[in-house]
Amino acid sequence: MLYSIGKDSSVMLHIAMKAFFPAKLPFPLLHVDTTWKFREMISFRDEIAKRLDVDLIVHVNKEGVERGINPVESGSVLHTQVMKTDALKQALDLYRFDAAFGGARRDEEKSRAKERILSFRSAGHVWDPRDQRPELWNLFNTRIREGETMRVSAMSNWSELDVWEYIMLEEIPVVPLYLAKQRSVVLRNSATIMVDDKRLPLKSDETPQMRMIRFRTLGCYPLSGAINSNAATIEDIVVEMQTATVSERQGRLIDNDEAASMEKKKREGYF
Amino acid sequence: MLVDGLEAEREQGITIDVAHRFFATPRRSFMVLDTPGHEQYTRNMATGASNAQLAIILVDARKGVLVQTKRHSFICSLLGISNIVLAVNKIDLIKYKREIFDRIVEDYIAFAAGLRFTSIVPIPISARYGDNVASRSGNIQWYEGPCVLDYLERIDIQSNALMQPFRFPVQWVNRPNLDFRGYAGSVVTGSISAGDEVVVATSGQTTRIKKIVTHDGDLVRAEAGHAITISLEDEIDISRGALLSRPTEQPQVSDQFAAHLIWMDEDPLVAERNYILRIGTQTVAAANVTAIKHRIDVNSREHLPAKALALNEIGFCHISTALPMAFDPYEIIRETGSFIVIDRYTNRTIGAGMIAYPLRRATNIAWHPLSVSRNERAALKNQKACIIWFTGLSGSGKSTIANIVDQKLLWHTTPCCWMATTCGTD
Repeated sequence: MLYSIGKDSSVMLHIAMKAFFPAKLPFPLLHVDTTWKFREMISFRDEIAKRLDVDLIVHVNKEGVERGINPVESGSVLHTQVMKTDALKQALDLYRFDAAFGGARRDEEKSRAKERILSFRSAGHVWDPRDQRPELWNLFNTRIREGETMRVSAMSNWSELDVWEYIMLEEIPVVPLYLAKQRSVVLRNSATIMVDDKRLPLKSDETPQMRMIRFRTLGCYPLSGAINSNAATIEDIVVEMQTATVSERQGRLIDNDEAASMEKKKREGYF
Repeated sequence: MLVDGLEAEREQGITIDVAHRFFATPRRSFMVLDTPGHEQYTRNMATGASNAQLAIILVDARKGVLVQTKRHSFICSLLGISNIVLAVNKIDLIKYKREIFDRIVEDYIAFAAGLRFTSIVPIPISARYGDNVASRSGNIQWYEGPCVLDYLERIDIQSNALMQPFRFPVQWVNRPNLDFRGYAGSVVTGSISAGDEVVVATSGQTTRIKKIVTHDGDLVRAEAGHAITISLEDEIDISRGALLSRPTEQPQVSDQFAAHLIWMDEDPLVAERNYILRIGTQTVAAANVTAIKHRIDVNSREHLPAKALALNEIGFCHISTALPMAFDPYEIIRETGSFIVIDRYTNRTIGAGMIAYPLRRATNIAWHPLSVSRNERAALKNQKACIIWFTGLSGSGKSTIANIVDQKLLWHTTPCCWMATTCGTD
């Protein structure tokens, strides 16, 4: 099960723990670490893995690190390709996983609206949106051939509001960055970027300032735009969600790269 | 307006797939399944319809009930959608005239008489100007019903799942240690309590529910929709695919059944070829269509003779499986009455079906295990038990002879009784 440390991963992990109870999770968690995640995400990840006694695999594309790929200088496109997409493919190949659960939801982005719950990838992890298996009722066809893999979007039909309502109902722990707090930020290309550590080079006209912000989506911190918000509790977030009109991925700088960019990334193997 | 999501669709300007869109109002959350309407996308419509609880059939007020209106309605009915909103659109273009709306509604209701809808709610709308879409329109004074959104928010779509017989398809055997063996899955219909007797459909073995285990503590009772792990009083052979029910409300068990089949692959259905079939959590490696009784024209609903089913065609077929399968008629329980067909070589999902009825009714009758054996009974009566079967054509004198044999045996004080069956080919 892919574990990105975000809210969707937290929900998916929680549901899996419930489904397999009293047994332990029969599969490991895989975190593809770009090394640019927020520090609070990493400490949260390690604490959860320990508390739930789950087998956690952390995979980093070492080649990418050696080549000095980073989101600040390499640009979001190259960074995402090398440190996320390639890294995921490496990990799936390395551990010979035939299926990977992910928390992707159909309401996030328009090409995801048509992706199946079980999404098949050929031997090179390629997705062909024209050749998807029909999914009727709750009957899933899980058959694959040697070398093929599948991505399983178990939360396809959840909306962002569903996720928060479920987190509230089940009291699922989430990374505190989702809750509003005074944080040090800079404004860059009309996005609010948090200054999480010293690796973020500040431009001459940028001065970090304290703002009441939170994140609707968490990725690499230089690529995750925060929103101005006073929602400091899960209950506040649910109320905020009920009036939200833009997609949460609005804050994801990587989605705005080019037209049809998510579909392109997914054809290349992005989850 | 839903914007087509994939590059290919933007190029071709058509919706070739099923798109899922979400919206919510303070009263209810909605998932919109946007499917293409052309005949060559019947499979996409069926896919969308398989998970829908309500369909909005749009009719152009200028054109009335068209062939495609009928086709879409038939597919909705076949897949078991019982609630229909008949949205008569572009009402502005016919100057909001009531007579035209009334005629379309009349036409549609007459057509839908042969379909299985429980509710048809006609609403005059103008998608362009928003009349009766999200709020009541001032332009249509003669219409007194709700607007579309209002109706969607209020319609009761509570399924009757709770009222139906208990069905629990086992998904996974949960065996964390030597002391615990449980069966994980979701209750699809009905309810069950700890202590209740259950039967494994295909084997006929019975036992009782020991515990209903969940992460949040044991439950006394579980009902439709609950994901649970069941532990049983006795160690009986149960693996993924087993279907648990109450002994008094058992599903059908048969290796032959009749079903509607929607063909979804470029390669046509070939009778007698082996395919993989999946019903609920049960998978059988070899199943074949023994007969295509007829093909159904999706536009006219006419039954046509057919030797094969091509992509997007719907047929009524007899299907035979290598092992007995447990199921219910689709009309009664969707979850245990639906199946998919998988190609053994390409692994593609090539067909989807809805079971109508089992074909070997006799296999549904199971011998109840009795405490007194045949030999014990024979010893008590000091006789050797046997059955004499008189067979012959109707009117050949079976009952007359049996009656005489019965009398003679009675003179010898031999306990006996005779049973008559009705004649016929059954």
